[in-house]
Amino acid sequence: MESTTSNGGHTFSRRWVLGAAATTLVTAGTAGLTACGSSGGSGGGGTLTAFVYGDGDAKVQVQAIDRFNASAAAKKAKGKIKLEKVPGSEYPTKLRTAMGSPNAPDIFFNWGGGSIKAYRDAKQLVDLTDIIESDPVLKSGFLPSVLTAGGLGGRKYGIPMRGMQPVILFYNKTLFAEQKLQPPTTWDQLLDINKKLKRAGITPFALGGADIWPELMWLEYLVDRIGGPQVFDRIKNGDASGWGDPAVLKAAQTVKQLIDDGAFGKGFSSVAYTNGGAPAVFAKGKAAMHLMGSWEYNTQLGKFPDFARKELGWTAFPTIEGGAGDIRNVVGNPTNYWSVNARTSNKDAAIAFLRDCASETYAKELVAIGAIPTTANAEKLLDASPNPEFAKFQYQMVQQAPAFTLSWDQAVDPNVSTPMLTEVNKLFVGKSSPSQFVSALQGLK
Amino acid sequence: MSISVTKGGSRSGAGRPRRSAGANAGRPHAALALPAVLFFAFFAIVPMVLAFGLSFTKWNGLGNPQPAGLANWQKLFEDGRLTQSLTVTVLLTVVSWAFQTVVSLLLGVWAAGRQRNRAILSAVFFVPFLLSSTAISLLFYALLDPNFGIMPGDTLGSTNGAFLAIVFVGGWQFIPFHTLIYQGGARQIPEVLYQAAAIDGAGRYRQFFSITLPQLRNTATTSGVLMIVGSLTYFETVLILTQGGPGTDTAIVPYLMYEAGFKSYDFGYASAIASFLVVAATALSLLLVRLSGFGAMRSTREGM
Repeated sequence: MESTTSNGGHTFSRRWVLGAAATTLVTAGTAGLTACGSSGGSGGGGTLTAFVYGDGDAKVQVQAIDRFNASAAAKKAKGKIKLEKVPGSEYPTKLRTAMGSPNAPDIFFNWGGGSIKAYRDAKQLVDLTDIIESDPVLKSGFLPSVLTAGGLGGRKYGIPMRGMQPVILFYNKTLFAEQKLQPPTTWDQLLDINKKLKRAGITPFALGGADIWPELMWLEYLVDRIGGPQVFDRIKNGDASGWGDPAVLKAAQTVKQLIDDGAFGKGFSSVAYTNGGAPAVFAKGKAAMHLMGSWEYNTQLGKFPDFARKELGWTAFPTIEGGAGDIRNVVGNPTNYWSVNARTSNKDAAIAFLRDCASETYAKELVAIGAIPTTANAEKLLDASPNPEFAKFQYQMVQQAPAFTLSWDQAVDPNVSTPMLTEVNKLFVGKSSPSQFVSALQGLK
Repeated sequence: MSISVTKGGSRSGAGRPRRSAGANAGRPHAALALPAVLFFAFFAIVPMVLAFGLSFTKWNGLGNPQPAGLANWQKLFEDGRLTQSLTVTVLLTVVSWAFQTVVSLLLGVWAAGRQRNRAILSAVFFVPFLLSSTAISLLFYALLDPNFGIMPGDTLGSTNGAFLAIVFVGGWQFIPFHTLIYQGGARQIPEVLYQAAAIDGAGRYRQFFSITLPQLRNTATTSGVLMIVGSLTYFETVLILTQGGPGTDTAIVPYLMYEAGFKSYDFGYASAIASFLVVAATALSLLLVRLSGFGAMRSTREGM
């Protein structure tokens, strides 16, 4: 570098400048290309982007968007929508990254509650409360409890767009008949069934412990049945001392008993639900029951159709003697929602699209794939479901539920739910005792 | 370009007679390093500086980061999980190093022979290194499934099983690479040494311990540094095989960082862990270089 003053340095500096300029050009060019590639996502001539959880059920959203783009409503609002299917397990991360960037989606799939709290706090959501109030199609289109469950602090931020997903106790009818068993309605019956199944060499419950959230479902139901829905309500509203409720400890102890009795078999903690491990254990008769969201039916239908059609039975989670929770209480996800980004370039088009979710055509398409729409008109459509009996069971279960507790990991903020899931896993693999579990959760804030 | 550089060099030599022309002879022009320097600056230094800056803020990925002072660093040094992570990371590094060194040394020396079957088998052994770690981890995850896998029992559900599975899978992937290094090293050993040893009556094992091993000292250092620095960044294997479990027993530091950043969306804290990891890894590799004499490495052929 010192040689810049010399003659030779003249060559040097010119080369240096040229080289630097070339490099800058290349860099700028690349950056420009990147910008071009992604700016098509939002803005770009009235085209809106929608992010959806990219599983098999997304085909209903694909149809809805095709229909909308060809409709008069789209022309009137001068907007079209482009759907982006994000692979399932990466969805929350991809959404968070996108929402923090200039290429955020205009409309996005979510679980309501804690899953959208950060976006609401960052003022990135369109408050839909008044829009719903003033629009009869939206206002009377959905089950009110479901519409409310997707909101935060009494305001509504989402329009229901998928089927309801209550957690149900599934059982294998063939195995139950062979062992002369009835599905349990009380905890004692359940323990009795476990004993008989184990004697016959059958694992009572399939459990995809590697994913952790299937383990969480057990605690969600146990806490509800023991202490009632208000226990988690308190926690959800930010009171971490709510974990100190005796019902949480009792639920954790009950879980530990089940594990020690071998109710989930050996090795459940390295079986996953998402890769098909736990459903296969259940479908092949290695385990007799499976506590899972209602999507279990569709999962089984896809992989083991004969099992789903002939052997799959379902019932509510049993009551616990002396517990405060009603057997009709449900935990799970009320449904999924579309929310609208506050920075969207065409809010009218987005709202026009959301109105389609209340239409009968949309509900029929949901029914056709075996989902139970949360629209007010759904019940009369259920006869067209691939399995009307299961569809009606679910619909009534949700409709009649005195309380619908949102899945814990969706109800609280991600910076609470991540350590919470870690603690749940530690409890299930025996790395912490029920009392350690409770005190660890009380420390979360 | 090289022509103009030479010309420039000689001219500058003429203009400034006191500077020795020889010192610059054969050195590439400094501008040639520019693309690499810029690349490194944009994709390594800038992100590192940004991450270090983020570690003093509170940010969930939305809006603007809020200054948080030393809160994240305080949390880091009070976090019981960091201590556990560090222990696991160190243990994983040491065990991986021991496992991979022994196996790849033996395989490499064996593969250095010029027989045709060895050449073919060496090519086959090299295949795992060509696969992505994600694919390898998914493969072993399926093989270790407690119900439908090939291993009886619940390997990934026990602390030791999960730990050894990570060591094994990491080894399975990287042993071929280190085998290649040792193979190259072993082939560099002059044949005359073995001939001399044979005349002195040394057998095959004596030759291995008295000639091959000492001659591979520098090779072992190179491969060891690569292994140790590499195992600090084992991440996909842990993410796919165990997700840090059972409980938090295999959560190494990079996994802890991932969890804080991309599951809890606490990017401030994740950046603090990342900065800590950068400092720790840099210190470790400097220490290794110093201790092993890697920097001032001398030829093993001295005096020959």
